[in-house]
Amino acid sequence: MFDYINILFVETYKILFLLIPILVAVAMIVWLDRRVWAFVQKRRGPNVVGPFGLLQSLADALKYVFKEIIIPASSNKVIFILAPIVTMTLALIAWAVIPFSENLVLSNINVGILYLFAVSSLGVYGIIMGGWASNSKYPFLGSIRSAAQMVSYEVSIGVIIINVLLCVGSLNLSDIVLAQKNIWFVIPLFPMFVIFFISALAETNRPPFDLPEAEAELVAGYQTEYSGMMYAMFWLGEYANILLMCAMGSILFLGGWLSPIETYPFNLIPSPAWLILKILFLFILFALVKAIVPRYRYDQLMRLGWKIFLPLSLTWVVLTASYLYFFNLLPVN
Amino acid sequence: MIAHSIFFYMFSLIAIISAIMVTVSRNTVHSVFFLILDFISISCLFIMIGAEFLGMIMLIVYVGAVAVLFLFVVMMLNVAQQKNKWLESSSGYSHVPTGMIISLVIFFELIIVIGGWKYKPDLVSITSINVDQSTTNTHSIGNILYTDYIHIFQLSGMILLVAMVGAIVLTFNKRSGVKKQSYIKQISREKTEGVSLVDVKNNEGVKIDN
Repeated sequence: MFDYINILFVETYKILFLLIPILVAVAMIVWLDRRVWAFVQKRRGPNVVGPFGLLQSLADALKYVFKEIIIPASSNKVIFILAPIVTMTLALIAWAVIPFSENLVLSNINVGILYLFAVSSLGVYGIIMGGWASNSKYPFLGSIRSAAQMVSYEVSIGVIIINVLLCVGSLNLSDIVLAQKNIWFVIPLFPMFVIFFISALAETNRPPFDLPEAEAELVAGYQTEYSGMMYAMFWLGEYANILLMCAMGSILFLGGWLSPIETYPFNLIPSPAWLILKILFLFILFALVKAIVPRYRYDQLMRLGWKIFLPLSLTWVVLTASYLYFFNLLPVN
Repeated sequence: MIAHSIFFYMFSLIAIISAIMVTVSRNTVHSVFFLILDFISISCLFIMIGAEFLGMIMLIVYVGAVAVLFLFVVMMLNVAQQKNKWLESSSGYSHVPTGMIISLVIFFELIIVIGGWKYKPDLVSITSINVDQSTTNTHSIGNILYTDYIHIFQLSGMILLVAMVGAIVLTFNKRSGVKKQSYIKQISREKTEGVSLVDVKNNEGVKIDN
């Protein structure tokens, strides 16, 4: 009996040690997003609360906590309350398998990449539930749009993951990182990295693919009826998802915790720092895209997903497989 | 093992209750949500017996894609508003015999499978499939699926492809007189065919649309 309690305490401690930094990072990343956005548009951005405005997100969160939560009378109450919880939970549980260094990982499971893919594909439920349960036109339209969009782009992300897995020969995330010791996959699979990045934008409903919450047409999409802390949970979940996609991109293509050069000044930096730097790099790209690119039209979005990305990534699977087969590079064990 | 059995009974209880709720819940959208809960708890059970690949594929394929499309269709058809009336209706019992026959067939199949497993344990023993216990189950599934059963695997893929093409052919209707954008035309347009310089005389203007 004591064993169980002991295990429970140790695991809870580990989970808290992982989750609290991630929640803080999410708050900071919102600030970074707004700063980059402002920087591109030659504005100042949030710079009042705390040094450089660093505490802006905390102030916002405090405001949300004290706001009233309004539940529409005609809404489906259970699902309405469940939707932001689902979004937030799914965004956080995926971090369980992200390896921060060779042995700094909460659970090193054999099918880590499938777990990540499964969790990111479940993310659509928070949006659908929120949109449907609000019982109102704009949220519903937004959620229908996002269901179609996220399912479409998942397909191409799945095919891109197959490309990487062909080169690795394992579904374990640590193995995927260790397979990039010689060369990061971003170099041989560069077109796939670009497609992955764009698909990740669509998967997380970021601009230019933020059609589920297009302000001009749908007010705020599935979030229209939400207020107070429930809205904040959607918002935090969305940013945690973006961070997760950045982590996934850096593990699949940018060599995870590995340092770019294994020589003296670089190997002094601890490996989690490299992963965090790579995540930050990808996130700044995300933020720049938000500031630079105008929003896509819905039919263009679907065309890009199904008619361009899917055939391209499928062809690349065939190319990678044939290359590995003919040059005897297949990772068979 | 206590924790293991607690989790097993928890997941099976959730699976059974949500499977019942799929059929009895009044709102069709709720039914789909219960179906999703059922899929998730079944994939947890798969993971608990060590079949982590099957569990994850179950999550990705059924919960991540199939159930989303299900929900999509149910919401779009607006069947949520028409309540599920057949439970209380007294007139329409025509579906009952069909349902009874199907459930009887499934019941006897289960008896055959479970009974066979009980009285002839070597019927489904692992040695008959020749699985290498040292590799992960992703590897062993791949080893069997892409060697011994490759033709069946390819065949099932072809059947799915034919079904998909068939569905598209049946629902596709080509409408005439619809203006469409041609990306190739748009991109290959050049300055010479799009713009022309005209010398305009004073007080005369330009005649367009000619």
